This record gives sequence, structure tokens and C-alpha cells, in this order.
Amino acid sequence: MMARRLAAVFLLAVFGAGLLPLQISVEKAAKAAHFRKTDLNLELRERVGQMGFLAALSGFRSPLAAFLWIEAHTAWENTEWGRMAGIFDTVTTLQPRSLLYWDMAAWHMAWNASVAAMQDEKQPSEALRIRAQRQYFQLGKDLLERGIRNNPDRYQLYLQLGVLLRDKFEDHCGAAEAFLRASEFPEAPPYCERFAGYEMAKCAGREREAYELLKKLYLEGDHQRLPTLINLLREMEKKLDIPEADRVKIPD
Amino acid sequence: MKSLRGTWAIGWNTFIELVRMKVFYFLLIFALLIIGNSAFVAKFSFQEQFQMLKDISLGAMSVFTSLLAILATANFLPKDMEDRTIYTILAKPVPRFSYLLGKLTGIMLLLGLSILLMTGMFLVVLWVREHGVLSETRAQLAGASAEELAAALKEVTSSTFNANLAPGIVIIFVKAALLASLTLLISTFSTSGIFTILMTVAIYFIGHLQATARDFWLAGVDVQWWSRLLAAGVALLFPDLQAFNLTDDVIAGVAIPVTLFLQTLALGGLYVAVYFFLAALVFAGREL
Repeated sequence: MMARRLAAVFLLAVFGAGLLPLQISVEKAAKAAHFRKTDLNLELRERVGQMGFLAALSGFRSPLAAFLWIEAHTAWENTEWGRMAGIFDTVTTLQPRSLLYWDMAAWHMAWNASVAAMQDEKQPSEALRIRAQRQYFQLGKDLLERGIRNNPDRYQLYLQLGVLLRDKFEDHCGAAEAFLRASEFPEAPPYCERFAGYEMAKCAGREREAYELLKKLYLEGDHQRLPTLINLLREMEKKLDIPEADRVKIPD
Repeated sequence: MKSLRGTWAIGWNTFIELVRMKVFYFLLIFALLIIGNSAFVAKFSFQEQFQMLKDISLGAMSVFTSLLAILATANFLPKDMEDRTIYTILAKPVPRFSYLLGKLTGIMLLLGLSILLMTGMFLVVLWVREHGVLSETRAQLAGASAEELAAALKEVTSSTFNANLAPGIVIIFVKAALLASLTLLISTFSTSGIFTILMTVAIYFIGHLQATARDFWLAGVDVQWWSRLLAAGVALLFPDLQAFNLTDDVIAGVAIPVTLFLQTLALGGLYVAVYFFLAALVFAGREL
């Protein structure tokens, strides 16, 4: 009996050695497809506690992230913005491939927390309120940028970054770049490229490029010929002093 | 052929026996969990609701099937020996190999049916919630253009079921099958059900660290020889359970590439086959 047991252990090790190439190949295929990106390190262990870390280690990252998201929602109801930011960090670390978590976390920080900071009655100094507001804008931007690094194969977070840069930072050049990156994905909606054109038109030094882009979009067909695009195209033709003969023929 | 029929008869009886042990009551807990969850998260946006429903449901499926695989398999050998059923069966011209294969078949049937039932319940709850949100969206956008309405409805449907979930659920089954055959292997040399359960649970956790140990060992980091030897031992003797944790990313909307799916299936199949073969080897020499 003992001999059989020892033989079983030996065969188990032989089998394990034989399986190593397949295990490594599976891991490589998973990494190439952006699977298993969560870094289960000591920092995460400190944030989620021992049981949470054990759950994450055992393949229950997503339920743990869902529970923490509910906690973040409670923090939102109590307007505990700092606590929310901490939970968002943990949730996005646990589920870095979930676009929803990055998107919603950035939205809470850049839109809700920043407005709350600006309207904070406990802070009499306007300068400090503005500073707090900007810090929340930055937190939102950081979340989206980290989200993009974890999801470089999907357009949605580039689009959200474009919206954030346009609406909160008034960084038209940065927004144009983000919208352009989003539009490069085949599944991206057509408005990504339009938005890139609108923002590029406001970016100093890129007006000619913006005009060419808007013109190209107009010539694509009716689905792109929206009033904003037409008006901007006309405006750009005047601004860039495009000769009458080269201008786009837009029916009145 | 006769041996196959005998194996199937043992498998079917094992399945019926497990069903009679009322193991399917856990489905009630599963139903309560997902229905309760969908009611509890009603205050969230529909994207969040669907994400959480998938998180909790697939997570619960994974927990329940893993538990079922370990507990059901760990108990059958000690129980058959206590009831002396094993002697009645093996006194007939039934090879020990067929007996074990039959038992494993019965447990696989149980796991397969459980996963199918849980998937069915999950899909029903998802469908009900989806239709609720669709009706709300139609009512809210009553005055909107057909194009806007279609876009909003598409947004809702794309957040609910997607075909990527199916391979994720298959992988949950494969992981449970692996755990069942591993438990079977341990139970062939263990003396009690509790020992088998404790050992398998310990291996379950170590197995999730196997990939880390393997990387450490193969990276050839300059550390003490004994720590590399330990890492090599873990890498060679334990299964790589992290390889089967694909559902976390599937829930996040990522599709499993066909190659990765097939490789994971092959890995799972090999583990099941080898653990079973080793179980049969040990069991053949066991004194009953």
C-alpha cells in the first residue's frame, strides 16, 4: 500500500512536470487576452483585510468587488467622499477589467465630489474650495487613465476621458486626442470622431487638421451632417480663409 | 460493454443517492441570494444592478459547485465502507476501477445538473430584471425619437446577458470536476471524510498560489535552495487553480478567446483524468 502511495506521489510530480508547458501556455494566453490582471499584493491585503484577500485569492474577486461597491454607494449617500475614493481604489484594483467601475468611480469623483467640494459650507475660503474641486477633477482623471492602462483594447474609457477633459479641464487638445483614440476602435460610435473634430477646432495650432477632419466627416454622409458640425465647418472655412472654390458645398 | 453498463449503474445510483440526501436544497439558498440581491440593488443604476447580479450569481455558482464537489466526493467512500455497501458491490464481478469511475460519474452528473439549474435560475432573474428595466426605459422615453429609444434599449440589453458568460460557466463546471477527482484521489488513502475535506480545502488554497510558486521556481531567483525546492514541490504536486478563474473577467465583459478556452478545458480534462488514474492506482492496493 505504501509503495503504491509513493508511486502515486512520484507520478503526480511527473504529471506536474509534463503539464508545466500547458500551464505556462494557458497563463500566457490569459495575459495576452488581458485576463488575470489583478495584482494580489500586500497593499491589497491591507485594504481588503485577511478574509477579503483570501476571497480574492480563491477566485472570488468579482463578488468581493460587488460588496465593496455597495459599501461605496452607502458612503456616497452619506457624502463621505474620502472614504468613497479609498473604496473605489480597492474595487478597481480587484476588478480592473470592469469598465463600469472605472467609469462610475471617475464620474463620482469628477462630477459629484467636486461639486460638493465647491459647495462646502464648512470651508469659508473660496481658494481652498477651488483647490479641493480641482483635486477631485484630478482624481477622476487619474482613475480614467489607470482604467485605460488596464483596458487598452476598449474605447469607452478614452471617450469618458475626452468628456472629462472637455467639460472639467477645458483641455481641448487633450480631449481631441482622447476622442480620436476612442474613434480608432471599429466598434466606437461615430460621434467619437465628431467630438474629436469639435475639440480639435478649439485646439490652438490644430485648426487646419480639425477642418480636414470635419470636412471628411461631412462628406461621409447624412449621418454625420449635424447642425453643430455644419456650423463649425462654415466657421472654420472663414477662420482659415479657405478659397471659395475649395469650400465644402453645403446646401442652405 | 458489460463493465460500462455496471459503471453507469453505479454512477446513476450514486447520483440518485445524492439527490435523496437533499443536496439540492442549496438551490433554495442560491435562489434567495440572487432574488434578494436583485431586490436589494434596485436603487442602483441598471448597469450596476446587472453587474452585481452577475458578480454574485457566478460567484455563488462557483462556491456552491466547489463545495458540492468536495463534500459529496469526500463522503462516499467512508459512507460506503460504514454501510458495507462497498463490499456487496466489489464482491460481484465489478472491478475497483469501475466502482470508482461510477462514483465519479455520479458526482459529475450531480455537478452538471446543479450548474444547469443554477444557470437557469440566474437567467430567469436576469431576464425578469432586464424586462423590468426595458419597460421603465420605454415609459421614460415615451416622447423620444425611435432612434433614441432604440439606442437606449440596446444599452440595456447589452448590459445583461452576453454569450461570453456561457464559456465562463463551463469553466466553473470544469473546476468543480477537477476538485471532485482530486477529492476522490485523497479519499482513496484517507481514513476519514473530515481528513479528506480538510486536505482538499488546504490544496484548494495552495492551488490558487501554484502559479506564483511556479513563476518563482522557474524564474530562477537567487534564493536559498530549500525555498526553491519548496516552490518546485508546490508547482509540481498541486493543480494550477488560478487558470480556472476566468469568470471574474468574463463578468467584466471580456470575451474568452477560443484558444484560451480550449487550453483551459484541456488542462482541466488532463487534471481530472490523471487524478482519477492515480486514485484508481491507490484504491486498487487498498485493503478493505
